[in-house]
Formats: sequence, structure tokens, C-alpha cells
Amino acid sequence: MSGPSTYVPSSAIGRWFESRLPIMGLMHGSFVAYPVPRNLNYFWTFGGILSFMLGAQIITGIILAMHYTPHVDYAFGSVEHIMRDVNWGWFIRYTHANGASMFFVAVYIHMLRGLYYGSYKAPREVLWILGVIIYLLMMATGFMGYVLPWGQMSFWGATVITNLFSAIPLVGDAITTWLWGGYSVDNPTLNRFFSLHYLLPFMIAGVVILHVWALHVVGQNNPAGVEVKNIERDTLPFTPYATVKDAFGLVCFLIFYAWFIFYAPNYLGHADNYIEANPLVTPSHIVPEWYYLPFYAILRAIPSKLGGVVAMFGAIVILAFLPWLDTSRVKSAKFRPVYRVFFWAFVLACVGLGYLGSQPPEGGFVIAARLLTIYYFGFFLVIMPLLGLFETPKPVPASIADAVLAKNGAAAQAHS
Amino acid sequence: MVHTKKISLVAAILAGALAFSMSARAQDHAHATPTPERQSWTFGGPFGGFDKGQLQRGFKVYREVCANCHSLSRIAFRTLAEEGGPGFSESQVKALAAEYKVKDGPDDKGEMFERPGRASDRFPAPFPNPEAARAALGAAPPDMSVLAKARSYSRGFPLFLVDPLIQYQEHGVDYIYALLNGYTNKSDQNWNAYFPGNKIGMAKPLSDGQVEYTDGAPATVQQYAKDVSAFLMWTAEPALEKRKKTGFRVMIFLILFAGLLYFTKKKVWAGVAH
Ligand code: HEC
Ligand code: HEM
Repeated sequence: MSGPSTYVPSSAIGRWFESRLPIMGLMHGSFVAYPVPRNLNYFWTFGGILSFMLGAQIITGIILAMHYTPHVDYAFGSVEHIMRDVNWGWFIRYTHANGASMFFVAVYIHMLRGLYYGSYKAPREVLWILGVIIYLLMMATGFMGYVLPWGQMSFWGATVITNLFSAIPLVGDAITTWLWGGYSVDNPTLNRFFSLHYLLPFMIAGVVILHVWALHVVGQNNPAGVEVKNIERDTLPFTPYATVKDAFGLVCFLIFYAWFIFYAPNYLGHADNYIEANPLVTPSHIVPEWYYLPFYAILRAIPSKLGGVVAMFGAIVILAFLPWLDTSRVKSAKFRPVYRVFFWAFVLACVGLGYLGSQPPEGGFVIAARLLTIYYFGFFLVIMPLLGLFETPKPVPASIADAVLAKNGAAAQAHS
Repeated sequence: MVHTKKISLVAAILAGALAFSMSARAQDHAHATPTPERQSWTFGGPFGGFDKGQLQRGFKVYREVCANCHSLSRIAFRTLAEEGGPGFSESQVKALAAEYKVKDGPDDKGEMFERPGRASDRFPAPFPNPEAARAALGAAPPDMSVLAKARSYSRGFPLFLVDPLIQYQEHGVDYIYALLNGYTNKSDQNWNAYFPGNKIGMAKPLSDGQVEYTDGAPATVQQYAKDVSAFLMWTAEPALEKRKKTGFRVMIFLILFAGLLYFTKKKVWAGVAH
């Protein structure tokens, strides 16, 4: 749905270059003339925020890598060296460590936005699946990054998570040994995690390009969940409209981010990670970083190890099948009063699972985690397919322009 | 009406799950150690900074007491003279470093030798390795360089959500302060109210009058504990003052920038229906 290519370079050199490699035209078509639905709300600024966060992680990460030493004897010390001796090293490290959390805050909002407004439905299935792939790569990147400072949680988190692979029948132990590069998490593990932690963000960047490409083919969804019918009436050019709105959204997000960097830099981490890794001392509670907690709760809710591993990975992979699990003809939850209730219950269930993931797996915590796990999967496998068939949606506006008119009309009435 | 039923089912499941976890929490609380009390520190809050006098006193306590057992291996002497620290002069630091013996080498004959410390050296450890410390003391004393960030305690729901808002980030120092004052069982020097399990390998390290203060601060266990805890916050986070100062400028900039963008956005969008 790229707009008509109106780009004409103003200089002779520009025209010479454009006829050989039309990259400026591509940029112009993607970020200047690109038509955006005129009814987008601030939840649509998170794509831009995510792109910014990826860039920020790559830049701060490259600087950290200049001073970091991936060796079991030096890794912890090299991070302290960054914090104490490198100019602005504390700033770079706190920006990177909290940046990972902010990246996940943004991606969760971005994904829930998609879930609420039905952005995974035709024609955006491929776009959505590319997003799920990005999310998986982010999880892998964040996990390996957390191992690098080689604190107690780094080491024991890595041990717990890599051990999960040993649940695979027959080949599990061999796979785990292969992942470790030995018989436990040790120097070879740290080295390969560093190598992969450096590599994966660039793979993410590659998939992000595909994701944006797919987006520009099918166009953005919008709060009304109806497709663009008339470019003139339904959309506005990306620049200046989306540019300035995205910029405002991004700066507000940066205020939130900066609050953590400067005023609560260790809040989202775990104190045990300031203790150097020690294979002989197991921490009393091994907890992953907050953004994995709901999945960790699902893992521990299932009484069998293999079952838990399957459920945990299944909880993520199931997202890729959403376009076919949801049978509703209407996209946006705005016009689906019953779905809306189940949606918010789902959000609560995820938060609840997150809390339970941080608690020891005993007594009432386990029972609660089991109930919420049932709801998590029930939401996708039972509620989504059935609700589309039984729910009576509210009338959907004929076009984006009509949706905007209805809203403005209502606002005008409220004012008078 | 089917809808209402489904909705109430969902609500019931969620409420049940919540109730279960609540009751589990209550059980959990019954045999936990008491929660350390929140202290007021000069370095708390958005404008917090270290009290130089307190850091100097805390350093004295560390040097005369804790250093017998605890290493401070990641801290270089020179940092004692750096911005945002205890504020010793360069010559004081030089003289102080020279009081320590530092292992160096090998020399031209291939021998290791000892020489007086320099400002660029790090604090030498009291024991050659943790095993030696454990052999001598029964338990290995942790290195103190980042100890104040390596200890924490849970404030539970919902306080843990409030902490980042009110910028309460001193859980670790509060724990250390409580621990040093937690030897409340007179008949057992190794019983500590705040240590998980109550049996601590470190016998009560401080007693009144043990360290001489020259600035008139009271020579009590409480005061020592307060000062040495503050000192440990500084060793763990030497850039704390700079971080908070920078943060304030960044915040002002971002808020003004956001304000300008807000009005620009309003202006740009004013003419179009959206
Ligand atoms: C006689 C040796 C000795 C002295 C002196 C000493 N400590 Fe310790 N300290 C230890 C040992 C041993 C441990 C480990 C205790 C354990 O794990 O059971 C320890 C542990 C600690 C801990 C960690 C407790 C925890 O939560 O794991 C703190 C904090 C601490 N010491 C503070 C201090 C301070 C502050 C001083 C100086 C005022 C001091 N210590 C002086 C031997 C000592
Ligand atoms: C998708 C983007 C990225 C994410 C989500 C991410 C995440 C993380 C996390 C969670 C940590 C642990 C932080 C801590 O607790 O100290 C970390 C550390 C680290 N990362 Fe990344 N990272 C990303 C990109 C990169 C890149 C591109 C590089 C290198 C070019 C890099 C280099 C490092 C290094 C050297 C460390 C160890 C230093 C430290 O622990 O602070 N990261 N990363």
C-alpha cells in the first residue's frame, strides 16, 4: 500500500543517483509520503519506539563490548571495570541493562495492541508472524545478555534454562552438553553466549526490515479495524503527521526509561547478580528477569518436566497461529464487547502469572499458576475460536473516515 | 446472558487464583526474618549525595574493623580522592596507599616482591583466597566492593511497586545497617535477627567505643553501623552523585522537549479530522 511515488530529487546529482539506485525514493515513499490511517492512537507509536530501542541496544552494546571480557575469571570484574573506570561506563551499562527491560515493555504493549485491535488478521498474517519471530529472537538475546555479567543469577539462570533441553527424550542430554560445550555451564558457554548475544540483534534488525516491508505492503491496521478504502479520505501522509506524533510518544517513553537509568537503575535486576558466579553455591530462589516470568510460571505449573517445557515454548509459539485461531469477522475489540472482557482477563492472567513466576513453586502458588495457565491456553484455543462464532459484534463503521466523523460528531455533541 | 455467566466464571477463576497466592504469602511470612527498617540516608532520593564526613568515618570503621576479614578488591585507592566520594586529598591518598604492602613482580630475577602501595593500586585482601578465609574464620567473608548492591530484601506486594516511584533504592544498605544492629541475643554472638536462618558466621563485629571518631560523632555501634553502611553504598556505586545530578538535567531536557513536541503535534494536527 505504498503511496504513489511522487519523489522527484531537486538536484541534478540527486536525479542522476536516483535513476541508478532509487534509495531516496524508497525512503521518501516509506517515511514521508507513506499514507497512515488518520485515526491511529498512541498505541501506534510503539513500533517507532521499538526501532529506537533496537538502535540504542546495539550502540550501547557495541561500546560495552569494547570493555567487556568474556571469560569466567574476568567477566564480572570487567563489568565492574566498566562501572568504575570507563568514562560514563555506568551510564552505558545502565542504559543497556535497563534498555533490555524497556525493549520488552514496549514489545509487550505493541503485541497487546495487536491482540486488542485484531492486527494479526488477514491480510497481516505474515507481518504478525515476523513479529513473533522478532519476539523469540529478543528473548534469546536478552537471556544470553543476562548471562554475560557472570553473577549468580547469570550462572544459575543459564543452568536452569539450558537444562530444560535435557527434557527432550533420547537426545536431550546430548543437546544440553552440546549447548554448554562441556558438562556444565562454564567458560565455553560464556564465550558462545557472548558471540551469539552480539550476533542476534543484527538478525533482529534483518527481521525488522522484513516486518516493516510487510507492513508497507498491507498497510497499518487502526483502532476501527477497517481497511483503508480511499487514500485521500482515510489517510494522512507519514510526514509530518506520524513523524511528529511518534516523536512525542518516543520522548515520553524516554522520560520513563531515563527514570530507571538515573533513579532506579538496579530495580529491574536482581541483587544476587552482584555476587560473582559460584557453581558451588545455589541461590535460594532462582528467578529469571521479569519479562520471562509468566513463561517461567507456566513451566513450573506443569508437574512433568517435559510437559512444562512443551507448555512454556507452546505458550509463545501459539501466538503464530492466532490469525487462524480467531474466527471473528470483526477485527477491533472496540466492536467486540465480550471479547474485550476476555482480553482484559487475559492481560490480568499474564500479570498474575508474572507474579507467580517470581514466587517459590509451592502450595497455593502452584495451584494459582495452574489455573492461570489453563486460562492462558484456553483464551487462545477455546475462547478465540468459539467467541468469533457466537459473539454479536456492534456495528462497524463503513470506513476510517466515517469512524473519525462519528468520533468527532460525538465530541462536538459532548461539547455543546 | 451466556456472556455474563462466562464473564463471572473468568472473574471467579482469577479471584480464586489471587486468594490462593495471598494465603501462600501469609504462610511464607510466618517464618521469615523481620523486614529491615527503612533508614534516612543523605544519598536517597533524586537529589541525594554522600556526606563526606560520614564516608570518612565509615572508611575508618572499615579500615580498623571490617578490613581484618573483608576484602575490598575492586576499589582503587585513587577513588578515595575522586569527585563524589569521601573527598580525601591526593596527598592523603598517596600516604594512605603507602601504608599498605602490595605484591608486585616478577622483577628482573623473576622474583615476586612486596612494595609500598600506590594510589593506582587496589585494596589488598586480608586473605590470599576465599578458602584461606574460610579456613581461618569458618565462613568466607564476602568482598565488600559491591556488597550494598548484592543484598536486598523483598518488600512484598504492593510496596515493591511503589519503591521505584518514590525512588526507594536503599534496600541493601538498610539490610547491612539492620544486620550490624541485629545481634540481639546476648548469649550467642553468632545469632542475628536479620540474617536468613539467624546463624551467621560473623560474630558481632562492632562494640561501643571501638573506633575513635575525631569529629564529635558518637562512638556507638549504631553510629558505626550507619557510617560504614554509607561507605559501602559509595564503594558499590561511586558514580551515584553524578548519576543523580545528570539524571535531573536529562529529565528537565526531556520534559521541555516533550512539551515542545506536544504543542508542535497539536498545531500540525489542528487542521485535520482524526
Ligand atoms: C572476624 C572477621 C570479620 C569481621 C571483623 C567482619 N566480618 Fe563481616 N563477615 C564475616 C564472615 C565470616 C561473614 C560470612 C558470614 C556467613 O556467611 O555466615 C561475614 C559477612 C558479612 C556480611 C554479609 C551478611 C550476609 O547477608 O550474607 C556483611 C554485610 C558484613 N559481614 C559486614 C561487616 C561489616 C560492616 C564489618 C565491619 C564493621 C564486618 N562485617 C566485619 C567476618 C567478619
Ligand atoms: C536486542 C538487543 C539487545 C538486548 C535485548 C540486550 C540485552 C542485554 C542484557 C539483558 C544484558 C545484561 C545486562 C546486565 O544485567 O548487566 C546485556 C549485557 C551485555 N550486552 Fe546486550 N543486548 C542487546 C544488544 C547488544 C549488542 C548489539 C551488543 C554488542 C554489540 C551487546 C553487548 C552486551 C555486552 C558486552 C553485555 C555485558 C555487559 C553488561 O552486563 O552490562 N548487547 N545485554
